[in-house]
Amino acid sequence: MSVSTTAPAKERAPQPSPSRARKRSPALLLILPSLIFMLLLFAYPLAQGIITAFSDPSGGFTLGHWERMVGDNKFIPALRNTMLLIVVLIPLQFAFALAMALLLQEKPRLSGMYFYFWAIPLAVSDLAAGLVWLSIFQDRGYLNSVLDGVGLPVVSWLHYENTTTMFIAVLCAELWRATSLVLVIVVSGMQGIPKDYAEAAAVFNANYWKRLRHVILPLLKPSLQVALILRTILAFQTFAVAQALTGENFPLLVGETYRWYNFLTNPYVASAYALLILGISMVTAVVYLRVLRDQSQVGKR
Amino acid sequence: MADITIQNLVKVYPGGNERANDDVSLHVADGEFMVLLGPSGCGKTTLLRQIAGLELPTSGAIAIGGRDVTYMPVHQRNLSMVFQSYAVFPHRRVRANIGFGLAMRGMSKAEIDKKVDWAAELLQLTPYLDRFPAQLSGGQRQRVAVARAIVVDADVLLMDEPLSNLDALLRLSFRAELKQIVNQIGMTTVYVTHDQSEALSLGDRVAVMKNGRITQLDNPLRVYSHPANTFVGGFIGSPPMNFVDGVVHDGQIDIGGGSFRAPEGAEDGRYTVGVRAEAITLGDPADPHTVPAKVLVVEPLGSATLLTATVGEHSIKVQVPADTQVAAGDQVKLSVPPSAVRLFDLDSGEARTP
Repeated sequence: MSVSTTAPAKERAPQPSPSRARKRSPALLLILPSLIFMLLLFAYPLAQGIITAFSDPSGGFTLGHWERMVGDNKFIPALRNTMLLIVVLIPLQFAFALAMALLLQEKPRLSGMYFYFWAIPLAVSDLAAGLVWLSIFQDRGYLNSVLDGVGLPVVSWLHYENTTTMFIAVLCAELWRATSLVLVIVVSGMQGIPKDYAEAAAVFNANYWKRLRHVILPLLKPSLQVALILRTILAFQTFAVAQALTGENFPLLVGETYRWYNFLTNPYVASAYALLILGISMVTAVVYLRVLRDQSQVGKR
Repeated sequence: MADITIQNLVKVYPGGNERANDDVSLHVADGEFMVLLGPSGCGKTTLLRQIAGLELPTSGAIAIGGRDVTYMPVHQRNLSMVFQSYAVFPHRRVRANIGFGLAMRGMSKAEIDKKVDWAAELLQLTPYLDRFPAQLSGGQRQRVAVARAIVVDADVLLMDEPLSNLDALLRLSFRAELKQIVNQIGMTTVYVTHDQSEALSLGDRVAVMKNGRITQLDNPLRVYSHPANTFVGGFIGSPPMNFVDGVVHDGQIDIGGGSFRAPEGAEDGRYTVGVRAEAITLGDPADPHTVPAKVLVVEPLGSATLLTATVGEHSIKVQVPADTQVAAGDQVKLSVPPSAVRLFDLDSGEARTP
């Protein structure tokens, strides 16, 4: 490192050590246990699933299971419902989580308590959450009791013909159940941003909204990216809540996988469904990573 | 540009009962470079942050250019600031960092570019305008922070220990550069530091702070040569001022183990006597007004040599020319010119020099 005082342009940050490549073998040894674990519990079932999805019962190659999956009358509704749920749910969850995190950031009285209160749904199993919301939305549930009590007409929220109200019920339940995950990630991300940045922005005439837009949100991007990928992948797997609330009346992709495997005892079509979900999740994750790529870290020394 | 008037400012942090700022009043003239100097915990940064609006005072008032800003939101104060951590936005390129304040003020793109280019030129950042802060060294990031602060047409420039994260050599060279730049743009500046040499070299005036109060406010040379109390004398200067207890009688100061002439007009009594190390010289052994001393330690500093000597039971620092021939264990005579002697109250430590 140069210590020239007249030409600060020549200062350089220290270079990374060039001998990193030689240190690879102990690293490999160290990650071996988790590698074995991953191979046994992820790679093997994955390979098994891929083979199952493309093989007929006698062992030959076939696309028949995929044709059967696509041709099933519940395939299109399941795909449509899953996508619709994600498109509506995720933006809502992020808006809620961000607003809640920003409120906590202002350190109101009892803010610590609010945080734990808001994080409670994280600890509730999705089936239990589904049952809680079932007790609200079912025909003689809490919601209808309240409506009846104030003289409003009751609604069959979960009737199989009321697709819209079924969707709203599942949306509410998922919103309640899974927003806390985004909240926890966003709050930890916000706590990692030094206060100086927002202060500097304020000093240079940025009001609250400008600070949020030009400083806080860009610095929060890595956390938002993690939360977005996690939440989207988990949203593709939404299943138990919808199952508890609507049974099979509001089909979702994972619900269909479960139905084909369990009730129709057809592991082939179930595997095809599982692969489809995997494929969509992977494409989404890659798109997110591309779109939200952090320019400022490129070429970092 | 504007002046700053601070009146009877008190700051108590929530949950605490100590006063971080205790009845501080200060006027910074238009275009003046004011340095707040003090040890950590003296309330200098708290004072700066209240001028910025990043902390709100418990009582008192702050006005900038005649406009009361005591409880005004930060973004409405028309300020500019350099942070100790630099706070250069990591997600914005250097160009966008420097132009941040201008963009927030709604300036046109062409004008922003013009001003950013001017500031980048001034701070030798032109080759780095399209880089991200992660691709810069600490010194370069510091320059970006200064450039961002000087491009905006703010009323007041605030600096919170801007040089403390730089290495010693860089700090020295950038200090002179900073003085030149601030002189050139003529902004009213409040500069916080715990480094006394920075304070003396940069400030038009220096406010020395202790326990939340301003204990002396004066120009750098006066603060150095005429400390208002023993705290200032001991805090400023390297080595700090020598302090010994002594008795003034008949124009002579007896410090036990030796005596020398008192400054003219000194009243008889007991005092804490203060003398700067470089004011003491090795005197002629025949001179009756010299003080016998024994050299304990000899530290050559290059530009001068620092002696630690004992007079009676006192330990005294003496700075002599580098070519002085003296060794540890030598008996010497110290000559103390009366004009360099400062007298302080024995109990309060306040200056009593006539």
